[in-house]
Amino acid sequence: MSNPDRATVAAQSPLAESLGRFCRNSAAMIALVILSLIVLAAIFGPFLYPTDPFEMVWAPFSPPGADGFTLGTDYLGRDMLAQIIGGARVSIMIGFSAAFISAGIGVGIGALAGFYRGWVEDVLMRMTEFFQVLPTLLFSMVIVALFGASLPIITFAIGIVSWTAVARITRAEFMRIRELEFVMAARATGTPPHRIMFSVILPNALPPIIVQAALMVGSAILFEAGLSFLGLTDPNVVSWGQIIGSNRQYILDAGYTVTLPGLCIFVTVLCISLVGDGLNDALNPKLRIR
Amino acid sequence: MVAFPGVFIVRVFYAAILLLAVVVLNFSMMHLAPGDVADTIAQANGGADAEILDRIRHDYGLDQPFPVQLGRYIGNIAQGDLGYSFFYNMPVTDLILQRLPATLLLVFTAQILALVAGVVLGVISAQKPNGVASLSVTFLALFGYSAPVFWTGILLLIAFSLHIQIFPVAGMRDVTVTGGFIVQVLDILRHLVLPMVTLASVFLALYSRLTRATMLEQLRTDYVRTAYAKGLPENTVVYRHALKNALSPVVTLAGLQFSAVMSGAVLVEAVFSWPGLGTLAFQSIIARDTPTILGILFCSALVVIIGNLVTDMALRIIDPRLRKSA
Repeated sequence: MSNPDRATVAAQSPLAESLGRFCRNSAAMIALVILSLIVLAAIFGPFLYPTDPFEMVWAPFSPPGADGFTLGTDYLGRDMLAQIIGGARVSIMIGFSAAFISAGIGVGIGALAGFYRGWVEDVLMRMTEFFQVLPTLLFSMVIVALFGASLPIITFAIGIVSWTAVARITRAEFMRIRELEFVMAARATGTPPHRIMFSVILPNALPPIIVQAALMVGSAILFEAGLSFLGLTDPNVVSWGQIIGSNRQYILDAGYTVTLPGLCIFVTVLCISLVGDGLNDALNPKLRIR
Repeated sequence: MVAFPGVFIVRVFYAAILLLAVVVLNFSMMHLAPGDVADTIAQANGGADAEILDRIRHDYGLDQPFPVQLGRYIGNIAQGDLGYSFFYNMPVTDLILQRLPATLLLVFTAQILALVAGVVLGVISAQKPNGVASLSVTFLALFGYSAPVFWTGILLLIAFSLHIQIFPVAGMRDVTVTGGFIVQVLDILRHLVLPMVTLASVFLALYSRLTRATMLEQLRTDYVRTAYAKGLPENTVVYRHALKNALSPVVTLAGLQFSAVMSGAVLVEAVFSWPGLGTLAFQSIIARDTPTILGILFCSALVVIIGNLVTDMALRIIDPRLRKSA
């Protein structure tokens, strides 16, 4: 029996342990594979299938499979497959960058609130409450309507309204970890506060934050879909929500122009949330019982 | 121990501050955005030169310093004046009051449906964790979280309005329906079903999942075992004892969801042409009608704040433990 050896191996890499747990979760693994395929299609699709999504290539409402168009054509006779590939790019790019922005804001605010406590915490938490009260979609709609519908503004408008959950989680983790012994030790050796915050506490607070950020990519994609469904999108790019929005008068003639892009959003977000759940089980095994 | 009315006053005070912050934010955004009221008026009248623009700015007080304008804006809102919509040619307050009832009807019925159905599903699936109900809660939760709400709406529309024609496609009333009060109410209800179910689907998923989790926790506790041991029937134990304790996290969550429900309502209204605030927001954004958009943002924040306040008070009634802390 080489028990001591095993113990050292396990103790050396908790990351490998988490990775192992994630790989044993079949739902999360399948979701990860599908998600990777979608991301690959978004990156390389336009090169493999170079039809311009804006070009009118055929008669409108040609059903999927007919006339050589795999997914048919929309109300203007544009190739649905090309649109869906193009839409994948925008939806996924906005999803990730908006989640990145809101994770940044949320971690910053939550870290300051949880680390300094006192009046700093009061002010920041009131601010968080304020953003929870604003109906997020309406607020983003207002930002996009007032400042113009370009991709950076849309991304910003989504990021600025979705950080509250991350801030709360980060704050709770910071409040818990700042009382632990290794933080005391860092304080005692005179480590400056910003280093304690970001080099000592943050790495230990990361697991739940990563899970929340992963889930936020999904909600940002849904959010973008909602905005572009309402027509609040850059008119020069296709996105999944926008395809649904522009075809929705024609659901009786060509239901697939609405159901297909919706299905893409659904599958992508579903996979992201399954991966998020898998990450949660892998990174926070103690919380699993619930 | 803080007295019940005392807590209420503190909460109302906080709510008022939050609302004031919304107003300040609204005004700052209007100020920061390119273009102002003078441009809008000029546009509506087919253009104007710089001199006339200046005169309009002077007449509307737009040449005053920022704090003065902000103060005047807050004063106006305090008196219920949200500005004037040059697109609809009527005061924004009147416009919003016209549309508000439809949104409130949709939002509150959807919340209630989601809560009741979510709790029932959650309880049933907690009783039989490996049963059909439990499986359906898992799937519902995944669907509700992942499907775009407007897409769910369109799918329901295709299924139940176009293929099986039992519900109307759009709107809130049928102009051809004439009759007494009850006929009118039934007509509105018939229009309400699809939008309400669509909006509820998202939150039903959330509530059923949380109910199942908290119920599973409660059913493992000692007091539940005691209740069973003294021979109480299962339904009494589950619904009278365990559910009472499992309910307060669910109600808390429902309260926090109010702003998400308002957001969802915007999309659902757009799908079903429901004549509420969401449709109005959509139309006024296309028309670049800034005062109306900001008025809607203000009113929806108000609805959310009132919703939170009501939930907070409801929680204190459900859960006596909370009455002890402010």
